[in-house]
Amino acid sequence: MSSTPRIAMLLSRVRVEEKLLLNAFHSCGVNVAVIDDREVIFDLHADPPFLADVVLERCVNHSRALYALRLLNDRGVTTVNSYPVALVCGNKLETSSTLERAGVPIPRCKIAFTPASALEAIEELGYPVVLKPAVGSWGRLLSKINDRDAAEALLEHKEVLGSYHHSIFYIQEYVEKPARDIRSFVVGDETICAIYRQSQHWITNTQRGATAINCPVTDEIAQLSVDAARAVGGGVLAVDLLETPAGGLLVNEVNYTMEFRNSIAVTGVDIPDKVVTYVMQVAQETLAQAPAMSGV
Amino acid sequence: MRTTQIECPECAGALALPADVMEGEILSCDECGVEWEVVGGEPLSVVRAPEVEEDWGE
Repeated sequence: MSSTPRIAMLLSRVRVEEKLLLNAFHSCGVNVAVIDDREVIFDLHADPPFLADVVLERCVNHSRALYALRLLNDRGVTTVNSYPVALVCGNKLETSSTLERAGVPIPRCKIAFTPASALEAIEELGYPVVLKPAVGSWGRLLSKINDRDAAEALLEHKEVLGSYHHSIFYIQEYVEKPARDIRSFVVGDETICAIYRQSQHWITNTQRGATAINCPVTDEIAQLSVDAARAVGGGVLAVDLLETPAGGLLVNEVNYTMEFRNSIAVTGVDIPDKVVTYVMQVAQETLAQAPAMSGV
Repeated sequence: MRTTQIECPECAGALALPADVMEGEILSCDECGVEWEVVGGEPLSVVRAPEVEEDWGE
């Protein structure tokens, strides 16, 4: 049994987050094998193509992350996060259904498979509504629909111009939130920090220009975030929360390859260090529980 | 002495290299905004970073 876990990081490119994580590992004296998802080849009839007790997944492509995690987990390699977590969090339909079944409060949501049934669902929810691609991120291709004319036009465009993914109509009530949402960061069983993402635009992703400021982690935010993280399988997760006009909180999304570059300074929390500590804890547990499986 | 900047292939401006620059790192040119990926070699060179794809994200 090795006392020093072998850690690998699967990535697509070295962004600020990956560099921070690599530096945090190095600060702990941990050498990390960097695996470029553009170069890796998995042989389904052989062991994984690299040695690792734990793989930290940091791919920018959801599809690559998802399938790599599946192949690794199937072959006994522990990953942060796991394939089931990526499967749920990488698809808004899967996320919302999972959260709802777990009793985690989410915005009202309807799913339809044709433009006609989608229009019916939209009118049942009442305008405005938000249409989102089931797979997508950074606020791209989100549509706020204010009336029937816009709904009809958008549904036709999605059906004609989009791939089949865009004819899985994910329809969400528009929550009249303040000019911000909340992003909380969960590592293991702890909500380590949170930010407000402030924007005058209804889309509040920082990728779309929203500003990050510190959000005090109330007991409600901490508990709801952990509940959401547990519902999707747990690990290292970023939970997006919406504040309702009545003062409640709804879980909008859960992100499994979280970005945090704008959240360290404003929260004062060393997020990469927290992630690295968690990964090393998982690695030690993996070695302790299944030493025979670690030598892939 | 380590190179601290190279010429941006897009705009010929100065593309700064961090002291701890590593292969695969994404750099953005302050002058033209184009993103570049650091590739190996000495001196370091860059290639245009991949464009955003539909399934990119968190």
